[in-house]
Amino acid sequence: MTQAGGLTIRDLSYRYSAHGPDALSEVSFSVAPGRFCALLGANGAGKSTLFNLVTRLFTTPHGVIEVAGHDIRRAPRKALARMGVVFQQPTLDLDLSVRRNLSYFAALHGLSGHAAASRIDAALDRFGLTDRAEQPARALSGGYRRRVEIARSTLHSPAVLLLDEPTVGLDPQTRAALTDDVHAMCTDDGLTVLWSTHLLDEVRETDRLVMLEKGRVTYDGIGLPENAKAPA
Amino acid sequence: MNGALIALRAILIREALRFIRQKGRFVAALVRPLVWLVVFAAGFRAALGLSITPPYQTYITYEIYIVPGLCGMILLFNGMQSSLSLVYDREMGSMRLLLTSPLPRWWLLFCRLISSTAISILQVYTFLGVAWIYGIDMPWQGYLMVLPALALCGVMLGAVGLALSSIIKQLENFAGVMNFVIFPMFFLSSALYPLWKMAESSALLHDICAFNPFTHAVELIRFALYGQMNWIALLWVLASGAVWLALALWGYDPARGMIRRKG
Repeated sequence: MTQAGGLTIRDLSYRYSAHGPDALSEVSFSVAPGRFCALLGANGAGKSTLFNLVTRLFTTPHGVIEVAGHDIRRAPRKALARMGVVFQQPTLDLDLSVRRNLSYFAALHGLSGHAAASRIDAALDRFGLTDRAEQPARALSGGYRRRVEIARSTLHSPAVLLLDEPTVGLDPQTRAALTDDVHAMCTDDGLTVLWSTHLLDEVRETDRLVMLEKGRVTYDGIGLPENAKAPA
Repeated sequence: MNGALIALRAILIREALRFIRQKGRFVAALVRPLVWLVVFAAGFRAALGLSITPPYQTYITYEIYIVPGLCGMILLFNGMQSSLSLVYDREMGSMRLLLTSPLPRWWLLFCRLISSTAISILQVYTFLGVAWIYGIDMPWQGYLMVLPALALCGVMLGAVGLALSSIIKQLENFAGVMNFVIFPMFFLSSALYPLWKMAESSALLHDICAFNPFTHAVELIRFALYGQMNWIALLWVLASGAVWLALALWGYDPARGMIRRKG
C-alpha cells in the first residue's frame, strides 16, 4: 500500500482500442510523501493518458493506482478527495472572477461559507493573487491564470498534486517561478507532486525523475540520467 | 449543508451567471418561438382546420394550438444547447474539473441537468408571458400545473443532449447532430400539427410521431397548461427520460473513457 500521502502506480497498462497499440505498458513507479517527481516524456509518450487514468477520467482493469493510500478503483471518491489536479487544458471560466472560480471549485469539494472563504483568501495570498481576486480570469496573463489554477487545486488541502504540463506556453521566467512555487509546496507543506513535462530544464538535480517513452518507463531515478545531461 | 447540495448550488449559480452573461442566448431562445407564434402560425391559421380534441373544449385558433409545442421547442433547443456547452466545457477542460470532484459522477451530471432545466423553465415562462400579452392565455391553474411538466420534460430532453454529448468527440460534430436530432424530433411530433392530422397524410409518419418522446412531452405540457393530466404522456416522458439518463450515465462512465484522447 502507498505510504499515507504518497502516490503509487503499479503495472499500469492502457489501450485506446482493443487492437490498437499500448498507450501505456506496465508502468510502475511510486512517489514518496513530500517528494517532487517529474514525469518526463516527449509528446505522445503517454503522460496525459497516465494523468487521465490517475484522475479517473479513464479507467483500466490493468494495474493499480493508489493515491494517499486509497485505491482509485476501489475507493475512487476517497482518492479524488485527496488529489489536486492542474490539467494541461485551461479550466478556468474566463468570464468569472478569480474568486468565483475558486469558490466554484471549493463547492465541488464540499466547501462553502466561512471555511471556503478563509481557504480562498489564504490561497490567494500565498500565490500573490489577492489584488486580482475580483478581476475576471480573462484579464489575467497566462502565467497568472496558471497560478490561479494551482492555487485552486490546493484549496481542499490535497495530499497529492498532479500537474499535467502546467508550463506549456509560458515564458522562461514565469516557468521558473511556477516550478519554484510548487517545489516550495513540497518542502513546506509535505505535498506529493507529480509534474509532467517535456522540458529538461524543469527538472532539478534533486528531483525524482520518471521518463516515459512510447508508454513505457525508460528511467526512474534522482535527477537526469548522465546521457540526458547537456554537455558542459 | 451537505457536500452534494453545496455542489448543486454552485453548479446552479455558475449556470445562472453564464446565462446572465449570454443575453443573446436568452433573446434567441425567446425570439425563435415568438417568430413561429406570430409569423408561422398566422400563415398556417387559414390552411389548417383544427377539430375539437382534448384538452380543448372548443374550436381553437392555430396560435393557441402551437403554444405548448413552442414551450417544448424552448426545452428541446435549450437541452441541446446545454449539451453543446458540455462539449465546449470538455474541449476547454472544465468538464474535467467537474468530473474529478469526489462527488458521485451521476450526481454531478444530474446537477448539470437540473441547472439547465431551471434556465429553460425561466425562458418558457417568459415566452408564456409574451404570449399572454399577445392575447393567448391559459386557465390560471394551468400556469402552475405546467411547472412540474416542464421540469420533467426539461430533464428528459436534457438527458437526450447529455447522452449525445458523451458520444460526440468534437464541437464541430455536434452541429451536425443538432440538425439530425432537433429538427426530426420537432417536426415529427405533435408540436405543430395534431397526430390525427398527420395520420390523414401518412400512417407511417403518424406512427413515428407517436413513438417520438418529444410528442409526449408536448402533450404533457399541453394538458398541464389546461389543468389536466395526460397519464400516457407522463409515462412516456418518465420512461424515455429514464432510458436517456441511463444512456448518458453509461456514456460518461470512466470505463468507457468519455474523453478519450490520445495524449
